[in-house]
Amino acid sequence: MAYSEKVIDHYENPRNVGGFDKNDPTIATGMVGAPACGDVMKLQLKVGDNGVIQDAKFKTYGCGSAIASSSLVTEWVKGKTLDEAVTIKNTDIAEELALPPVKIHCSILAEDAIKAAVDDYKAKHTDN
Amino acid sequence: MNFFALFGFEEAFDIDLSRLSNTYKSLAQVTHPDKFSQASDSEKLMAVQKSAQVNDGYQVLKHPLSRAEHLLSIRGIQLSHETKTLQDPAFLMQQMEWREQLEDVEHAADQEAALETLDKELQQHSQAQYIELQSLLEVNSDESDIQAADQIRKLKFMEKLHHEIELKEDALFDE
Repeated sequence: MAYSEKVIDHYENPRNVGGFDKNDPTIATGMVGAPACGDVMKLQLKVGDNGVIQDAKFKTYGCGSAIASSSLVTEWVKGKTLDEAVTIKNTDIAEELALPPVKIHCSILAEDAIKAAVDDYKAKHTDN
Repeated sequence: MNFFALFGFEEAFDIDLSRLSNTYKSLAQVTHPDKFSQASDSEKLMAVQKSAQVNDGYQVLKHPLSRAEHLLSIRGIQLSHETKTLQDPAFLMQQMEWREQLEDVEHAADQEAALETLDKELQQHSQAQYIELQSLLEVNSDESDIQAADQIRKLKFMEKLHHEIELKEDALFDE
């Protein structure tokens, strides 16, 4: 199957690979997996006092489309508030990367990773 | 298609694999399209379809994970083509760690030994998961079937990881 140029670009030059300390209160961590293919994705967001995402890092074990989807998402969420970030839809990701139907689940994984990270952040900050 | 019925088995996770293999051989023989060279076109078509079903069924029943998935689909839970993501942080963190360990194998002094250690650890985990899956499937209630489906999803990650280890092993031998 042929990958689109954008997928290849993100796959060969992934943006923002790595991670932050998940115990840091300003860090939101989202862990998701796709049972259909066994892909695992970790997305971490560094959130400022104003609720704006200052930085994002990811680590993904999966196919090119999964890596490209998570790499793209780290670029998109920077500068957004958490509430804005969760409005990113898998269809936006799939469209930007021109993912074929069999790879749509990779974009769903990336969308769910954002949601899981935001949930993690809210869970960390509800006690106070 | 109920492959358990096709092979004359009770609908159960625990099946006799040698009986499966023998049944497969005899079914494959009687449905082999070569046997129908003199038959009418419609009979030929039926033989081809039957033979394909027998082959599919054998593959599905032979592997424990696909057999469990097939059993659940007969009970009304479809796992194939599912796009729902798994969100179990502890389980996924462990998966992440194992994948990192697999990456680090390249830097190990004895790569073969490092791979073997990792594979052994994984096998132990998988085995425990399979035992739990078996007992859940034996209960055969709606609730236990939902839990069994989750167990299958998790085992798919284990399976993928095992496959990656095998690829690494192959690469080592090729060097």
